[in-house]
Amino acid sequence: MNMLSPPRHRLVVIGNGMAGMRTVSELLARAPQRYDITVFGAEPHPNYDRIALSSVLAGEKSLDDIVINARDWYAENGIRLIAGDPVAAIDRTQRTVTSVAGQVVGYDRLLIATGSRPLVPPLPGLTLPGVCTFRDIADVNQMIAASETHRRAVVIGGGLLGLEAAWGLKRRGMSVAVVHLMPTLMERQLDETAGQMLQRDLDARGIAFFTNGQTEEILGTTQAAGVRLADGREVPADLVVVAIGIRPNIDLARAAGLEVNRGIVVGDDMACGADPEIYAVGECIEHRGQVFGLVAPIWEQAKVCAARLAGDTAASYATPPLSTRLKITGVDVFSAGALSAAAEEDEEVVLQDRKRGTYRKLVLREDRLVGAVMYGDVADGAWYFRLLREGTDIAAIRARLIMGEALAGTTADPVAALAALPEEAEICGCNGVCKGRIVAAIKSQGLASLDAVRAHTKASASCGSCTPQVERLLAMTAGVAAATGPKPMCKCTAHGHDHVRRAIVAEALKTIPQAMRALDWTTTDGCASCRPALNYYLLCAWPGEYVDDAQSRFVNERMHANIQKDGTYSVVPRMWGGMTNPRELRAIADVADKYQVREVKVTGGQRIDLFGVKREDLPAVWRDLNAAGMVSGHAYGKALRTVKTCVGSEWCRFGTQDSTGMGVALERMTWGSWHPHKVKLAVSGCPRNCAEATIKDFGVVAVDSGWELSVGGNGGIHVRATDFLCKVATEAEVLEYCGAFLQLYREEAHYLERTAPWVARQGIAYIRQRVVEDAAGRAALHARFLHAQSFSQTDPWAEQATNAAYKTLAPVE
Amino acid sequence: MAETMTWTAVARLADIPRLGSRVVATPDGDVALFRAADDHVFALEDRCPHKGGPLSQGIVHGHSVTCPLHNWVIDLASGAAQAPDIGCAKRLPVRLEGERVLLGTPL
Repeated sequence: MNMLSPPRHRLVVIGNGMAGMRTVSELLARAPQRYDITVFGAEPHPNYDRIALSSVLAGEKSLDDIVINARDWYAENGIRLIAGDPVAAIDRTQRTVTSVAGQVVGYDRLLIATGSRPLVPPLPGLTLPGVCTFRDIADVNQMIAASETHRRAVVIGGGLLGLEAAWGLKRRGMSVAVVHLMPTLMERQLDETAGQMLQRDLDARGIAFFTNGQTEEILGTTQAAGVRLADGREVPADLVVVAIGIRPNIDLARAAGLEVNRGIVVGDDMACGADPEIYAVGECIEHRGQVFGLVAPIWEQAKVCAARLAGDTAASYATPPLSTRLKITGVDVFSAGALSAAAEEDEEVVLQDRKRGTYRKLVLREDRLVGAVMYGDVADGAWYFRLLREGTDIAAIRARLIMGEALAGTTADPVAALAALPEEAEICGCNGVCKGRIVAAIKSQGLASLDAVRAHTKASASCGSCTPQVERLLAMTAGVAAATGPKPMCKCTAHGHDHVRRAIVAEALKTIPQAMRALDWTTTDGCASCRPALNYYLLCAWPGEYVDDAQSRFVNERMHANIQKDGTYSVVPRMWGGMTNPRELRAIADVADKYQVREVKVTGGQRIDLFGVKREDLPAVWRDLNAAGMVSGHAYGKALRTVKTCVGSEWCRFGTQDSTGMGVALERMTWGSWHPHKVKLAVSGCPRNCAEATIKDFGVVAVDSGWELSVGGNGGIHVRATDFLCKVATEAEVLEYCGAFLQLYREEAHYLERTAPWVARQGIAYIRQRVVEDAAGRAALHARFLHAQSFSQTDPWAEQATNAAYKTLAPVE
Repeated sequence: MAETMTWTAVARLADIPRLGSRVVATPDGDVALFRAADDHVFALEDRCPHKGGPLSQGIVHGHSVTCPLHNWVIDLASGAAQAPDIGCAKRLPVRLEGERVLLGTPL
């Protein structure tokens, strides 16, 4: 018996780019032993994600971040990588390829994946230093270097590539102009309205546009100095980036006598017709007259080609419908299929909200979706794309279709919707991964995290827009994570609130910059949305240790007053449990007179509000109120606001307990505490509930035998009555349960989430378990609350009364 | 263009907190001075182009400030509102001379 394994075939791959290596990966997954593989790459780098070069240029990722397969991967899989020595010729009779350096390698099968070259018009001045294209790592390095020494850039081309180049250079501090031949941007992917919205947004971000601009010449003698347009306009620049498009790189194939047209002509089997030993995939090919620049069809080609190479003679390629996204942080664009009604039977449905800057247009043909263009809010893009790809009959949901999946979908519950999807439904459009494959990988490999799913299936590893679905699949299949995918905190980060909160504690992150670095923030100092959240999370995690960052506080919490629409402030002194006395009222009246307070109003929380105080008067107002023994009412903060009370058994003929006394005790314990959102308490002296305790965050209602506690209520837009927590006998217990509940909320809720949605999200059973059933846990929560309070019960007014920030500066000289 | 500005020292850099601002009273109204994390200093009229909110009281991030009234994001360098909002706060010439912050007034 012959103990030797059969000799392996030799596969040579020309091109170490995304298409070639995806084909090799797919092939290794199907038939790992079939070939000895040699890969030639023109660039001296391992295989990297070319799509992510925009993110590298914009400074959001490093080159290391975008490597798909490091050199180890080639070694582990027995692949010989020849990087930096491009192939010079193919000899089809000898079945060999020869590199520029003279290496000759024989093949049984040849895969051509030479990609594309930048399309460069024949302009005078193209060869000047300071002119480059936007295609590979060398181009990006050149642009980054130019941005460090030069100031102005002009990008020729207002398509996907050109705009991403422009945005990257802008992010690197250059002043950027874009010259575009057509009247609107990205005209191949966007209709006129969306193109104009895009231009307006980018214009507002400081990119200048020259549309209808035909570049005639690159100016300069020893170095690029700008461009001149056909209508005579001149745009000065030190860097000129040509990004008008790509053309298939077919030189090798043509020289080898293979059939080429615009690209290398391949059949449905991905083979080059004349020579069945030779295959081609990616941007270098032409299939049924079409050439390719987006990644999704190329992944499909890789899959079919790998199947063919593995011996599957049935595998056949057809170009799937395409969708486009733009990778500019904070600019959300989606398009798929037709951009506008083309045929007689086509109809357009349009929804536009100019204030929010959102726009969507659907193109319908005979109750089928044939096109979608979205701007601003693209969350429903994947859903529309699925309807379009699957040719779903939308007659039944037509009236609501434009509102998106949540309102028009057959089921509004995302988990149920996902469960109802067939196995072959595509989840990740970038990498062509279907639901069945993700579920199978989670089960067979025991995957338990998003990163693990990304590593094993590539699902959600590219643009990330399918992350919520992948996370839901993970939750449904492996039972990990919450049932719904976490939303990123804001546009500065991919992480959700829970992840950030956990990381701050687990990794002992103690300052905002430290947290931003450790958690891969994409902006240097965040935004008005994440900074206050981080400031609160750090304050909550490290009481007494974290130094509050005033610049990360919303103005009200910085000024300890409520900003009003005319820029003046309102001031609310604290009145414990709603109790006051003539001395305090006189002091308030004096302050109102002295500082010409325009309006005095009693608030819903049983306090007195002084309206129309000027910023520069704030310290003096506080000084006067402090002098009368009053402290800040925190009516401005994500903090304990008020404890509202009824008069209780002291006066009321129905009162069963001293509700005012209880209220004052609660307010003395809780005042000064910072929370994810505002917190209001109330104590009613009997079940008639005059203090409205059942629409408060923590409500107490006195009964004959003790106190009924309930949580998670609020007034506001969505009124929610409290959930009953438990009944306790003594005032000391009321205080302990209250402290424990507030601490649990402080530690676990998301910033700007009130207790009502938080309790609804967690379920009252969970809150009861932590606060009622687990006595030791309750005591620990309460102790942590009191510990934090020992640092926070200082009157901000007394501290701030001398702060210079309130004063207006006069010129110093 | 020749120098046609008079420059008035209005503050010391240390008067303005990093990622913060200070207000300067001028005959033409309040001017907000902003200081970014990288110590770039900007000057804008202290009025949001939306509803006149005091930009000086907003949160500064990058080279932008978010207005405290309705969260418009204003580019500090140009004064322009970030899309989808449209508007522009008046920009004033400002420069640093050592530690001194100078505000320019056209002659």
